[in-house]
Amino acid sequence: MGLCPSTSSGPRSRAAAMNCRAEVLEVSVEGRQVEEAMLAVLHTVLLHRSTGKFHYKKEGTYSIGTVGTQDVDCDFIDFAYVRVSSEELDRALRKAVGEFKPPPCRPQDALRSSGSDGMGQISLEFYQKKKSRWPFSDECIPWELWTIKVNVVNLANEQERQICREKVGEKLCEKIINIVEVMNRHEYLPKMPTQSEVDNVFDTSLKDVQPYLYKISYQITDTLGTSVTTTMRRLIKDTLAL
Amino acid sequence: MDTDLSSQDRKDLDKFIKFFALKTVQVIVQARLGEKICTRSSSSPTGSDWFNLAIKDIPEVTHEAKKALAGQLPAVGRSMCVEISLKTSEGDSMELEIWCLEMNEKCDKEIKVSYTVYNRLSLLLKSLLAITRVTPAYRLSRKQGHEYVILYRIYFGEVQLSGLGEGFQTVRVGTVGTPVGTITLSCAYRINLAFMSTRQFERTPPIMGIIIDHFVDRPYPSSSPMHPCNYRAGEDNGAVYPSVEDSQEVCTTSFSTSPPSQLSSSRLSYQPAALGVGSADMGYPVLFAGGLNAAHPHQLIGPGKEGGVPPVPSQPAHGTQADQERMCTPLDGVHYSAATPSSSEDTETVSNSSEGKCGSPHDLLETIFIRKVGAFVNKPINQVTMANLDIPFAMFAPKNVELEDNDPMVNPPDSPETESPLQGSLHSEGSSGSSAGNTHDDFVMIDFKPAFSKDDILPMDLGTFYREFQNPPQLSSLSIDIGAQSMAEDLDSLPEKLAVHEKNVKEFDAFVETLQ
Repeated sequence: MGLCPSTSSGPRSRAAAMNCRAEVLEVSVEGRQVEEAMLAVLHTVLLHRSTGKFHYKKEGTYSIGTVGTQDVDCDFIDFAYVRVSSEELDRALRKAVGEFKPPPCRPQDALRSSGSDGMGQISLEFYQKKKSRWPFSDECIPWELWTIKVNVVNLANEQERQICREKVGEKLCEKIINIVEVMNRHEYLPKMPTQSEVDNVFDTSLKDVQPYLYKISYQITDTLGTSVTTTMRRLIKDTLAL
Repeated sequence: MDTDLSSQDRKDLDKFIKFFALKTVQVIVQARLGEKICTRSSSSPTGSDWFNLAIKDIPEVTHEAKKALAGQLPAVGRSMCVEISLKTSEGDSMELEIWCLEMNEKCDKEIKVSYTVYNRLSLLLKSLLAITRVTPAYRLSRKQGHEYVILYRIYFGEVQLSGLGEGFQTVRVGTVGTPVGTITLSCAYRINLAFMSTRQFERTPPIMGIIIDHFVDRPYPSSSPMHPCNYRAGEDNGAVYPSVEDSQEVCTTSFSTSPPSQLSSSRLSYQPAALGVGSADMGYPVLFAGGLNAAHPHQLIGPGKEGGVPPVPSQPAHGTQADQERMCTPLDGVHYSAATPSSSEDTETVSNSSEGKCGSPHDLLETIFIRKVGAFVNKPINQVTMANLDIPFAMFAPKNVELEDNDPMVNPPDSPETESPLQGSLHSEGSSGSSAGNTHDDFVMIDFKPAFSKDDILPMDLGTFYREFQNPPQLSSLSIDIGAQSMAEDLDSLPEKLAVHEKNVKEFDAFVETLQ
């Protein structure tokens, strides 16, 4: 779990190779709406992909803790969403989203180029760990990938901003409905693990809830269309992990 | 079909479906309360949180749901529906949404009841939590207050969508296959809110009066099939309803390949604060008292968004079971009739007390109380006429027509009544539908929108505050007459006070020493 800039191979191509479920959502927002829009989508996905803490008992049984929920109102968007009541989870997502800052269109670019605004995408990948023997490291097998493409627009005046508030709110409502639709297809979910395997399926580091293992990565494209955020170290690591 | 399902599984499945239905109703109604909901996660299973989700149970809602179900479960042709509607202070009402929990014949025989079905129902509830925030009614419900209120009604049987107008849209929340059928949860919602746009925000004097009954013990916010989406802090509720904990069945929290263990029944304690109500007096039952405007177009209290939502029911039942119809006619406000005998045992407390209260318009007037300010009240308090002075801040309550003129909170004694358009708007525009608007006809109402103020949840909060305190009343101690009088009294009593203090010198010294 963690934030990592994506490589040129990208999580999507790996996911496709691994036959995991991939969903793409696209939103156009103003710069200051990016964080809230991302959090709304990520929290909605994680609401569905988090359970209560498992407590294993004898005879192979386990009980599950309780997941609380809370409403969150957006400040820059006419929108509200529900998230899991877990401050740790919220902090982790805010940290991830906070580093994702796709640039808006620069004025000089607007004059020069086609006028396209800044773009970026943030990916939320759920994966399972598969233990490998030494010297190979554990393999991460994604089973669901959510990609949120963000198109950052520049607005000229307050009236446009107000319209944007409402429009983005409506769009996010549609996205939530899309997410719920996918969730309720009841497609593949990892099997409930035994106690020894639980860390291969769930993130057990949080004290109040237990999301499936996930990682967040992002990619930012500037107005010239080139990918500016790559990490050679990750590329090499991926290659070595085979 | 049943032969494929063991009796234990069948029992479990029925229990899951029953509690799923009850929790569905809770989620929907709580999402229309107008407040942000917040429940805590708990790492340890409590044994009372169905589907491993912290969803509090509002006793009234559970009671209504159980009554609607009447021991049945959703089945083919028998759906459980929650109707959400809006009712304006002028008496217009409109259905906004119908949430349907249906069952069809498509069975999934292979599915494991105690594990897979349970977890999928949990997932479906999470989806419901998410979807209830994205339909248009959510935003309307967050803004409900004295201009309009949101009501709910639960019925069982055939789904009736005709009240949603033309072109309504549907959203499917999700489905869960079970060995006895597929459960489907969906919402049909109105998109044509045309009448709302023309009438909702008109600042006209309210036709209806609103009684806020602080001090009468009312188990029910209403005695009608339509219930306000509000919640009453329920110290007394447990006495009226079979409390949830009494009838609470164990919920499965233990999973394995073997059937779930039966835990002992645990109390489901209901904590109003957890609903995010805070100090807002949401649940004070509010009954419409109509016809008050005939002689006295009062500026009646608009309860805050949560405060004192009118219970309502002027709507006839939409062809649903008559036994669920309980009419508490708000429109004329004078009569409170418990509709049908079958519901009388539930309504008697309310209708009795309401009838006792509302025998005549005059009585209504006399029993109008001041609404207590809740956490989210955003309108200045313009009190309704009081005859019965058994209320807090009675001195601020104007009599009858003299609503605002004598109200020191609204009209500061020493400042001119209307010296600017803004102040004019303080008295009339700031509160909706001011009946004393005619005194401000000369002034232009300005919609005062201070920069950076939010106007969605608490409209004009900063603006209202600013307007109110532009001309605060003068401090009484600064008033010459009162000041002089008290000064004289002080001087007279000074020697006595000094003598008393002299006697207690040792105590004071000891006190000072403790401070050091």
